[in-house]
Amino acid sequence: MLPHDPLSRVLTIDLDKRRYEIQERPELFEAGLGGAGAAIRLLEETCPKGADPMGPDNPIIFAVGPLVGLFPIASKTVAMFKSPHTGNLGESHAGGRSAVAIRMAGYGAIVIRGRSASPVYLAIEDGMVHFRDASALWGVRSSYTVGSVIRQREGGSGLRTIMRIGRAGEQGVSYACVITETYRHFGRLGLGAVFGSKLLKGIVVSGQRAIPVADRRAYRETYDAIFDAATRSPLMLKYHELGTPMNVLPLNEIGGLPTRNLQQARFEHAESISGERLAEQYLGRRVACAHCPVACVHLAALRIPYPPQPYFYKTLMLGYDYEPIYALGTMLGISDVSGMLQSMDEVEVLGLDAMSAGVVLAWATEALERGLISERETDGLALAWGDAVTYREAALKIVAQPTDFYRALARGVDHAASIYGGSEFALAFGGNEMPGYHTGPAGHINFLTGARHSHLDSAGYSLDQKAARSGKPLVAEETGRALLEEERWRQVLSSLVVCFFARGVYTPEVVTRALASAGFDLNGEALNRLGAEILRQKYAFKEREGFDLSQLRIPQRILETPSTLGQVDEAFIQQAIRAYGEGL
Amino acid sequence: MAKRLSVLDADRCVGCQSCMFACARRQGHGGLEGSCIGVHSAGGIGNGFVVVVCRACPDPPCARVCPTDALAPREGGGVRLKQTLCIGCGNCVAACPFGAAFWDPRQNKPQICIYCGYCAPYCPYDVIKLEELEEVRDVAP
Repeated sequence: MLPHDPLSRVLTIDLDKRRYEIQERPELFEAGLGGAGAAIRLLEETCPKGADPMGPDNPIIFAVGPLVGLFPIASKTVAMFKSPHTGNLGESHAGGRSAVAIRMAGYGAIVIRGRSASPVYLAIEDGMVHFRDASALWGVRSSYTVGSVIRQREGGSGLRTIMRIGRAGEQGVSYACVITETYRHFGRLGLGAVFGSKLLKGIVVSGQRAIPVADRRAYRETYDAIFDAATRSPLMLKYHELGTPMNVLPLNEIGGLPTRNLQQARFEHAESISGERLAEQYLGRRVACAHCPVACVHLAALRIPYPPQPYFYKTLMLGYDYEPIYALGTMLGISDVSGMLQSMDEVEVLGLDAMSAGVVLAWATEALERGLISERETDGLALAWGDAVTYREAALKIVAQPTDFYRALARGVDHAASIYGGSEFALAFGGNEMPGYHTGPAGHINFLTGARHSHLDSAGYSLDQKAARSGKPLVAEETGRALLEEERWRQVLSSLVVCFFARGVYTPEVVTRALASAGFDLNGEALNRLGAEILRQKYAFKEREGFDLSQLRIPQRILETPSTLGQVDEAFIQQAIRAYGEGL
Repeated sequence: MAKRLSVLDADRCVGCQSCMFACARRQGHGGLEGSCIGVHSAGGIGNGFVVVVCRACPDPPCARVCPTDALAPREGGGVRLKQTLCIGCGNCVAACPFGAAFWDPRQNKPQICIYCGYCAPYCPYDVIKLEELEEVRDVAP
């Protein structure tokens, strides 16, 4: 790392005492680069064993990396914490302006500890932290309002990130998200609930620093090479045009699109909620994360009439992506685009993780169908596939929690099924609700073994699809090892905080070259070693907190409904998990 | 002939800020310090973006309020900053209705576009362009 690179500065904020300190920690970034690599070290330092995820001891860590502010598409912030959803490692990534703002404010990482005595939001600038009273913002119905209030009250427009929680986070829904820049999220594993437990309503970070480079000329040359690759590569073009919803139709075609709580893997109305349909009829604007020319963020302009009055409309701008389409669309059997988009909007207003929320509602619908619960539990709601209006009411109740049943739903499908039964169709992996891929065993092994239980940990769905295309069957041990290898390399990317969408641009050679501009000397081999080490550290934390690869629950449903690669075999999954564990 | 950086269509802007990073990079460093172009949301990202950069006025108000003539009108429009004359009073910042006279708090001096055009090729969506001032017709939309 170069001397005077502000990356080495770690800002620690104590909400109990309302004090903060800035420490120089170059060794943290020399050893772990940043992002996941720095955050796991900080989590190990600051999170006591067995800490209550909703208690003051649970730290919130944000970390960025050396390439942020220097190169395009290094635009993610890694958050780490102990997850109130799984009771284990919480790691969630978000883009927007978060990473650039943290780096430009002059920090490599921010650690938030303790619990505030009253609702607060933090305004973090270069060298200064303000503790702002947020008591008037607590309980506000919409997360959008919270964003616009902070936007108006604080400076740094264009140079800031505004993170905030909705009512779900205040109410301790274990899969509440943190929203940043209105349309991006630390979505998974309940960071929003951890914010809420600390009475932390939001964080605004801003700054406008210079970042030193090792060699100006080499820096510009490397920049141009990466920028050209990013703007010209077909991979990036795909994210640019239709965005992630381009996956809807292909996945449906190959029978990998989980539908109605994965009772099916094809949705007969996929066309009506496809990326193509959304782009043609609703796409209102494409926007980008800071320092990313790709602009994959797709915003729908949804015009909604106000029935009592003629010619009276409001227009919502809301973000859509593949995973929310899966969770709040196909999983709930929704064919009405407008209804689906309004559900996405409601989930945004409330600050829920769209993916977990959809899977929870899908489980509840099937539980009601099967008579495990009745309308007494659902507080009178007749949850039914395709009925977006009732699903929105149910989402409100998950946050308000008027009954024991909704209190259970507010903790996810594993928990709800442990009380009401139906675990065979409770689609959670390692405690985290399923992503939108039923492509074959590799996808599910990925959900089980991935340290975040995210499809993005090791892209198993991609292995399945390659196998489907080539006709070459997967082999269990090879699959386990391939997933491990992919997850290791992704530790490098998530420590640099390069967006995974740019993984084809940031090859090991390009990473080495880019890092040289930031004063790091790491070749491909060293990077691979580092990736393996970071993953081991994450697993060490997981095991410390009671995680056991051999004890993972495999939902029966994934073995019943044929996938893209046909029937998924439990023995295959177990073998692959063992191979993954042995390789670790 | 004098040139300027024209904002062709801010409604096409996706807010990636590649132009801002380019401006800083041209000055020899990474990050955003010293950027003479600013992109921010129009009151939330759903409303799109505003692109702020010196439009090279024919009669620049920032130069008129400079007490030391550090900011001098450029022939054909716009201004040039003579760093050695600047006393850091900030009058220019207040005088520009667009907010295109940015401020460098570390040097305590304004940062105003020098019309070099280095940023323009980094805009993936042709929002900005270096143009001859003669060709420019600043009739709103």
